[in-house]
Amino acid sequence: MSEHKITLTVNGREMSGYAESRVTLVDFLRDELGLTGTHIGCEHGVCGACSIVLDGKPVRSCLMYAVMAEGHEITTVEGLEGPQGELSPLQDAFWENHAMQCGYCTPGMLIATHTLLVENPDPDEEEIREAIGGNLCRCTGYQQIVEAVQMTAKKLREAT
Amino acid sequence: MKAAPFDYVRVSSIDEVCQVLADSGEEARIIAGGQTLVPLMAMRLARPSLLIDINDVSELSGISVDGNDLVIKAGTRQADALASDIVKSNVPLLADALSHVGHTQTRNRGTVGGSLVNADPSAEIPLIAQTLDAVIVARSTRGDRTIPVNEFLESAMATTLAPDECLVEAHFPIWASKNTGFGFHEVSIRDSDFALAAAAAQVTLNRKGNCEKLNVAIGGASPAALRLTIVEEELVGTDLGDDAIKAACAKIGDLIDPQADVHADAAYRGRVAKVMAGRAICDSRDRAKGVLQ
Repeated sequence: MSEHKITLTVNGREMSGYAESRVTLVDFLRDELGLTGTHIGCEHGVCGACSIVLDGKPVRSCLMYAVMAEGHEITTVEGLEGPQGELSPLQDAFWENHAMQCGYCTPGMLIATHTLLVENPDPDEEEIREAIGGNLCRCTGYQQIVEAVQMTAKKLREAT
Repeated sequence: MKAAPFDYVRVSSIDEVCQVLADSGEEARIIAGGQTLVPLMAMRLARPSLLIDINDVSELSGISVDGNDLVIKAGTRQADALASDIVKSNVPLLADALSHVGHTQTRNRGTVGGSLVNADPSAEIPLIAQTLDAVIVARSTRGDRTIPVNEFLESAMATTLAPDECLVEAHFPIWASKNTGFGFHEVSIRDSDFALAAAAAQVTLNRKGNCEKLNVAIGGASPAALRLTIVEEELVGTDLGDDAIKAACAKIGDLIDPQADVHADAAYRGRVAKVMAGRAICDSRDRAKGVLQ
């Protein structure tokens, strides 16, 4: 089975690597491109830890083969930080609200709620819970995650 | 949880898909969203030797109205169908059911056609197709084939699509009467999880407010989504009173064959299916009357 050369845009930078057809996008990001912020949980699309932004929309990177991402644009959790490496307002609110316990689900939660806020700057609680409906937190710390998103939305509204 | 090795080809037209399928036989599988196939391959429940990636086939994507049908191309993302005003205004039952399909992240990749060909017994899109007598169009190098959905859905995770055929589009009939309403209900462990049982109904009332036409089907309680024709026959012509609906739905026990799993035993699924069917019919009646939004 042949290897493919894969070129894609990750966090605004064009990157290339090699992978067999069967290598999932999350394995490619972590093992080939060295971007280990995206976590691997269940590897079959249930937990959401591997969520990334593909062409502007949140998707599971364990449910795509890397070769399918050729030419596409991806944002991983590493891409959320500010230009000087500072935490984004959302990441800061996760920190502020202690919206994590073990932290394993956090990259996926950040991606899911980041894309929510891009599309909907003023989500209600139900919309926030719907947006993280595909992301499991086994520490069950959902309440603080919801509060972090609410705080971010409020801060962003006040800033504009 | 890693797939077995396979070859990969990216194609750009339906003709190309059909040619590759014809040349490679049963070992090839089409991949679109991959939201079902990739997990099956990770668990090695599927081991295709060749994946044909159709994500670049633009002619497999789009939503339109053709005569009395809503036509959804097979590769249309579930998220795009859910957001479509064309779907919502012509087949609101499908729009409602789509909001129950997986969650945002899987709908962004998963396709309408992919859900149909995977034929999961508890999946919403095949259920709506069965409810509305949708028609499936498949293509191969041998030509086009039009398949009524009740002949297309064969069993759990099985359809009558031939190994060399590519699903091209699904036609959902539009019910023109203004006195038409729909209902959709499902029970699942969590929002966005697989339905333990689901039911869909659509009704048209005549000028007296009696039932002129009723289609109702259930999912999750039989190997494939099941039309409840005995319920339809019993209720057409009535005023769709709550008691009549309940009595009709009580009779479906012999038709269904729910399977037990870790989430629910067979008796529970059967009982829930009856209740969901009744609620779906009640909602469709109330929407037809304009008393439910």
